[in-house]
Formats: sequence, structure tokens, C-alpha cells
Amino acid sequence: MKTLTATPPAAAPSVTRNNEADRKAIGLYLAMAIALNLGLYAAGIWRPLAGFAIAASFILLVLICERAGRMVPARSRKGYERLLAFGFPALVLALWQVAGDIGLINPTWFPQPSRILGGLWDMIVRYDKFSGTSLIGRPWLIPEYFGKDGWHGVWALLSESHVLATLSRVLCGFLLGAIPGILLGVVMGVNQTVRLMLDTTLSAIYVLPKIAIFPIVMLMFADPFGEGPKILVVALAVFILMTINTMAGVRGIDRVYLMAGRNYGANGWQMMRHVIIPGAMPVIFAGLRIALGTAMIVVISVEFVRAKQGVGYITFYYWEVLNPEKMYAGLLVVMMLGIFLTYLLQWLQRRAMPWTR
Amino acid sequence: MAPRDSAGNLEMNHTAPNSQPGAKISARNVSKIYDTADGSIVALDDFSLDVQEGEFVCIVGPSGCGKSTFLRMLAGLEDISFGSIDIRPGEDPAKPLNSVVFQEYAIFPWKTVIENVAFGLQMRGVNEATRHEIARMWLDRVGLGKFAGYYPQQISGGMKQRVSIIRALANDPEVLLMDEPLGALDAQTRVVLQDELMRIWEETRKTVVYITHSLDEAVFLGDRVILMSAQPGRKLATFNIDLPRPRTIDTMNTPRFAEYRAEIWAMLSREVTRAMEQQQ
Repeated sequence: MKTLTATPPAAAPSVTRNNEADRKAIGLYLAMAIALNLGLYAAGIWRPLAGFAIAASFILLVLICERAGRMVPARSRKGYERLLAFGFPALVLALWQVAGDIGLINPTWFPQPSRILGGLWDMIVRYDKFSGTSLIGRPWLIPEYFGKDGWHGVWALLSESHVLATLSRVLCGFLLGAIPGILLGVVMGVNQTVRLMLDTTLSAIYVLPKIAIFPIVMLMFADPFGEGPKILVVALAVFILMTINTMAGVRGIDRVYLMAGRNYGANGWQMMRHVIIPGAMPVIFAGLRIALGTAMIVVISVEFVRAKQGVGYITFYYWEVLNPEKMYAGLLVVMMLGIFLTYLLQWLQRRAMPWTR
Repeated sequence: MAPRDSAGNLEMNHTAPNSQPGAKISARNVSKIYDTADGSIVALDDFSLDVQEGEFVCIVGPSGCGKSTFLRMLAGLEDISFGSIDIRPGEDPAKPLNSVVFQEYAIFPWKTVIENVAFGLQMRGVNEATRHEIARMWLDRVGLGKFAGYYPQQISGGMKQRVSIIRALANDPEVLLMDEPLGALDAQTRVVLQDELMRIWEETRKTVVYITHSLDEAVFLGDRVILMSAQPGRKLATFNIDLPRPRTIDTMNTPRFAEYRAEIWAMLSREVTRAMEQQQ
């Protein structure tokens, strides 16, 4: 505070002059962008040169934003950053919408955002009588079904949902793979013999695309179309990743913490609980984050290939019946699922590692 | 050198036959040899040391002279190749024989300050109320009372090392082993902590083995300063520091202090040069 009041008054005008220069530059860049695009359009060559025009406009936009960023006072900096982070995607969506509306891009292959949202809405409210499925299980019917059949009715409603089918596969597979993976990873991190015996094999399996083992997993089950193989293939993918990550996490613990634990009298179990597990926690959570992404890839691919229900299944189904809006809507749902699960994981991480807050 | 069969055995509960009576720590002809793919390296060669109860012994020497290795062997964290180390247990058998204050900030980042201080007690099964009471007493003593619930990353380097020191003191060990505890601190914080350490030591009079790079620190803190040679580490000389206690920062400005410092430096500088030549 003191230093601020002590600053010579000469600093103030120089700040205004800077702003003036930035404002001029922004005006210039804006004029250039408009002139470039209008000029090309008027000359009738905008369309063949679209790639160039878009790239040049983007560069000019970046220059404008950088100048504008300098004018933002420090206390509104966060808001400005948020505006860039969310404003630019919004701008792209808006341009996509307009480009589709005026026929600049073919809406049959690249349906505008409004049509995708319409498709999504249609998927949410529609019940497919033939397959007996709906996107989110028609939650607005819960009171009615509960009155008719009790919990059985509610269960019947929920089990028709594509989203819940995918979600439960991911969550079951994730838990089934992550817990044993972390346990084995800790053992391999602590014990050199086990590590030497298993590391080669795990590294070899690690590079295998996880979906490639799906046929083998199907062989193991009496009902290859059931939930078993789908959950197991997710679990295997997560297991391998978590074993390798947890092992790296345990191995990466600073030796001084292990020495301190030992010197202060920790026995085997106490070492595990107070030193090794918390010490490896940051890497374990980084691993869980990667494993979540992999689990999504695997479950969607499996649903492409062999499923009668699930978000991957409907996305693929709408390709078969050539309905691009709903294909995009399906991807949107996958994206939202991924974001939801990532947030869930981050919440869990904050609970498990309060010291990183 | 002692026979091969004594390799790696830390017989802490026995008093070696040829050790001085009453010595709290007696290290006899201790050697450390690392076997590497390129042959063996002698880190410590035939090193003996007796430390009396309540004595503050500082060990100085050039980098890589094996002084930290020796301390880890005292702590039972490293195998002994030859020789023996004994720490005489006190009356209370439940008390830990030694606690180490490590070179870096070895307090656990995932535990709060008070949990860190109470860690040793927790490992020994002391109930939460008692161990937190003891930890709180130590935190108040070094002026960290209001940081009890903080995590290490929220406090400064000087505070972290205070926590590390009182973690060892709260554990109430027979001997305190300190491995360059102030080495990572800036010069000013270091002087403040040296002073604080001296104050606490005057009150507790623990048996201390203190490893340091700094001659000032060694002369200021120690009853005795052991000078070690460059690799392989051997004992070069012992200096009895006959400065009156309690010592404060002003002690460092006395002519006696400067004389000790100059005397030890004359020998140490030769070793430092030799160590640097070895590394080239």
C-alpha cells in the first residue's frame, strides 16, 4: 500500500497513454478483419479462400484480445480470463450456427448447434418402443410408475436408460479395476522381487489397445452379449493403468519420508497408512484421471460393437439410420458424462488429499 | 577391522566390552563400504566415537566424507559394514533410543503441523489426547502454537525445520541425531534457529550428535567438534570447545570463538581442497 502512494504522479499519465495506444491498435485490427472479409466477399472469392480468411481473422482476433487484455485492471483479470475461456467456444458455436443457416457448410453433415440440441431434446423425451429404451429413463414418469408398481416400476424406468447403462458399466468396471490395481501397484512399488517378476508383462500389456482384448474377454463368458464382458474389459484396462501408476507413485516417494517413518517407529502397517499411501496419493489420482479417460474410450467402443443399450450404442445406431443431429447429440452426452465423472473424481481428490488445497 | 560376521548388525542393547564406561553412544571402528558395479567404495574408514550423556557433539567435514552416512548408521537406517555402534538405553525402556532431524524438510506434507509433531508418539501408541497435548506444548515453546492445524506447504522453510526439530524432541529420544538440520535455510533464519536450538538444548540437555557443514554452527553449538577427512571419511582431529554456556549470538563475537574457528578452519580447508581435487 505504502509503495503505491509513494509512486510519483508521473506514472499515472503514462498508464492512460498506453491505454490510448491499445485502443487505437484494437480499432485498427478490427477494421483490418472487417475489410479483409468484406473485401474477399465482395470480390466473390471468400468461399474458395475460406481457410485463409478464417486463419487471418483468428490471428487478428488474438491480437485484439491481447491488446484488450493489457487494458484489463488486475482485479478483473479473472473475469477476463473466464470470458476468453468460455467466450471463444461460444463464438465458434455461434459462427457454426450462422454458417449452417446461410448454407456456407452443409447442415446434413454438420448440423448446426440448434439442430443438435433439438435432436438431444427429442432423444430425451422419446421412448423407443421397439428396443424398450430411452436416453435418461424418463424421470418425469417416476411418480406415476412408483404409484403403479412401487420400486419395481422405478427400476423398470431406470433400466431403460442409455445413460445409466453406460454410467453403471463405467463405474462398476472402474471400481473393479482400480481397487485391485492400486493394491497390486503398492505391492510392486514396495517389493522389488514382485516388481521384477511382473513389470515386463504389465508393460507389454500396457501398450496393447485395451479394446483388442474384448473378443478374448467375451470368450470367457457364457453370455457374450451380457454385461459381464463389457464391465470386465473396462476393469482390465483400468487395472493395468492403475497398477503401473500406483507403482510409479510408490517408487517416487522421497526416500527421506520412508527413513523418517522408520526412524520414528512405524511398523509395516503404519508405514503403509501414514507414509506410503499418502505419499503415492498424488500420482494415484493422476492415474485415476487417465484411467477414467481410458474407461470411457473402452466402454464406448464396446458399446459400438456389442450392445443393445448405452450411449455408444445409440451414437452408432444413429449413424446406421443416418441421423447426424443425434450422432452429435450422442457425443454431447458422452462429453457431459466425462465431465461429470471428472468432477466426481476431483471432489474425491479434494476429500482424500486435504493438504493440496 | 572387525570380522565380517558383524556386518550389518546393530546391537543396540549391548554395551561393547571395550567402550568407555558411561558413554551414551559408543561407536567402535565403524566402516562403511558400498559395493558397486565398478568395485567397492569406502565411505567411512575405521571411525570411533564416544559421546557422553548430555554432550553436544558436532561433526564437520568436506562434502562426501561420510558424516551423514555415519549418522544414518547411528540411527539404524543404514547397515554397518564393519565395527559396532551401541546406544545405551535409559531407565525407561519405552523411550526410543534415537530420533533423527533430517537434512531436508522431512516432515510429512500430508499431515498437519501438530500431527507431524505427534507422529513419533502416535507410532508408539500414545492416545490422541496425550500426544496432542505434548505436541501443543512443544509448538508453543517454539512459537508455532497458532500454526498447529496448518499443512507444511502453508508455512515457511524456517517454520518447517522448527517442526522437524520439535517432532524429534516430542518423541523424547535417548539421543538426538541431527543431519545438517539448518543447511537448507537462508543465513538469517539460520542464525535465529541456531539461537533457538541452543536455548531449547540448555533446557533439555539431550545427548546430541550434530552434523554440519558450517564451522560457525559447529563451534557455536558443540561441546566437542570432530573434524573428518575427505573420502574415505576418517577422524582427523577432535576439538574441545571450552566456551561458557549458556551461549547466545554474542558468543560468536568473542575472540575465543574466532580462535577456535581459525584453528579448525586451518585443518578443514586442506581437506576441502583435497575433496575438490578428488571430485575432478
